[in-house]
Amino acid sequence: MVVDKLKRAWISPFWRQFKRNRLALLGGAIVILLFLAAALAPLLAPYDPAEFDVKKILEAPSPAHPLGTDQLGRDVLSRVLWGSRISLLVGFVAVGIATAIGVLLGSLAGYYGGWVDALIMRFVDVMLTFPRFFLLLAVIAFLKPSIFTIMGVIGVTGWMGVARLVRAEFFSLKEREFVQSARALGARDHRIIGRHVLPNALAPVLVSATFGVAGAILTESALSFLGLGVQPPTPSWGNILTDGKANIEIAWWLSLYPGLAILVTVLGYNLLGEGIRDALDPRLRQ
Amino acid sequence: MRTMAALLEVRDLKKHFPLRKGFFGEASQVRAVDGISFAINEGETLGLVGESGCGKSTTGRLILRLLEPTGGEIYFEGRSVFQASREEMRLLRRRMQIIFQDPYSSLNPRMTVGDIVGEGMVIHKLYQGRERQDRIADLLRKVGLSPEHMSRYPHEFSGGQRQRIGIARALAVSPKLIVADEPISALDVSIQAQVINLLQDLQEDLGLTYLFIAHDLRVVEHVSDGVAVMYLGKIVELADSLELYAHPLHPYTEALLSAIPIPDPTSRPQRIILEGDIPSPITPPPGCRFHTRCPKRIAPCDQEEPSLKDLGGGHYVACFLY
Repeated sequence: MVVDKLKRAWISPFWRQFKRNRLALLGGAIVILLFLAAALAPLLAPYDPAEFDVKKILEAPSPAHPLGTDQLGRDVLSRVLWGSRISLLVGFVAVGIATAIGVLLGSLAGYYGGWVDALIMRFVDVMLTFPRFFLLLAVIAFLKPSIFTIMGVIGVTGWMGVARLVRAEFFSLKEREFVQSARALGARDHRIIGRHVLPNALAPVLVSATFGVAGAILTESALSFLGLGVQPPTPSWGNILTDGKANIEIAWWLSLYPGLAILVTVLGYNLLGEGIRDALDPRLRQ
Repeated sequence: MRTMAALLEVRDLKKHFPLRKGFFGEASQVRAVDGISFAINEGETLGLVGESGCGKSTTGRLILRLLEPTGGEIYFEGRSVFQASREEMRLLRRRMQIIFQDPYSSLNPRMTVGDIVGEGMVIHKLYQGRERQDRIADLLRKVGLSPEHMSRYPHEFSGGQRQRIGIARALAVSPKLIVADEPISALDVSIQAQVINLLQDLQEDLGLTYLFIAHDLRVVEHVSDGVAVMYLGKIVELADSLELYAHPLHPYTEALLSAIPIPDPTSRPQRIILEGDIPSPITPPPGCRFHTRCPKRIAPCDQEEPSLKDLGGGHYVACFLY
């Protein structure tokens, strides 16, 4: 029953539009493949990503090591595959945190307006005055770098756009007649927000969350590259790149493959996000 | 104007919307509704007519307290609506309902028809389980839809059908009063009569009382026992339906009536064409608000404001000519 409702109200009309967009399908396919790669990393990876072999330091790609080895003789393919788990985890958890905060504060601001709105939006403005990356660096300077810190910090510094988006949607939706009608029926605020306003405000949030995943993955890679993110020996695309930087003149593969992984992933999420946005935009629908 | 059996009584109702131009700009207000009074008896229909922007929809929303008033009082079954507490208001909302103009924005696109119609019963915990489903099916049948439509979504219906869904939603809580806010203005002409007939049948079956808001007198003529004509936030004329159509007194009412097309090629009545647009309700004209467009204006019109006078037989008019 619930599945059927979801399908008829959300998925079918969306899919009709989405499937015509080839780039969006490509983005979707990339995202699905990345999910599979991350989920099956223990099965797909030919070696243990932490197992080093001093006899095979910085070997060029070969049938035994399709993407070569690093300065400790670890298999780059295995490390990139395991790194994809970190990237996806950080991407989704960080965006989940940002979306939760943004939806909550944006809903309150948009629904109640007045001083509640003024207070929350000034807080958003203050948060936005800090350049995000420096804010991240400053916060991380106080905390022990770990994957959890990274997820938390990226989430807590990334909700402002979502809050603004949700607030704007609420402002226009709460004047709509079906919302007025729910009020006329005597519905309480939580019901009006939960059943009437929020479900109709979620489409742009979904789009921004998809782009957000790409952004969070990039941020995580950048922080890990600087040594402030995921700490070795846990492999992440960012810290593999750091190893690559030190050896770039003699071992190009150590920089190229994690770099490509980041590129393809971000591209995939961005294409998917654009596809979702276009499919949800009623102006493009016929 | 106060009648013994009045179900709804509106007294000197006012709604001014504050308006501010820019951050340091002068604060001004839109006088959307500026002191109107009327009453509706149980089982009757009052038509509320006027151009867009005259405050008629605002009046409808004030009655249901979807907007908070600037002044005045509304009594429903003798009890004050504006003084009702939150909980009392929730109970009152079972007794009064509203039907909206735009059938496309009045139904939540993410809910099934069954959920939309049943929502009032969920909110007020009326009926349970099987019984509730049966009642939703009954309501759909009553408005001319079929119970199979329950699991469908609003986008699968035409404008007229959607308006029927909106009517079923309003009926679900068994209200006494329904504010119909231009319920047919957004519909095809061919569908308008069907919806009007449905509303009239429902009134007979269920003993409903209507405040029927419309922008032309032609629609209201068929359904109303009484008619109130609004102009720029004020009622300019109020009378029994038959009386108003036979003897319109206010020049504005005359102009509105003359605009109704008559389906007879040999009769060529004089059309009164009003000049200019409706003035801004932010700075309404001094004196009688209609004097800037009135073809019959006389000396005091731009100085004093005429009050609503009883000319006998329940015919009220705000005009210096009488």
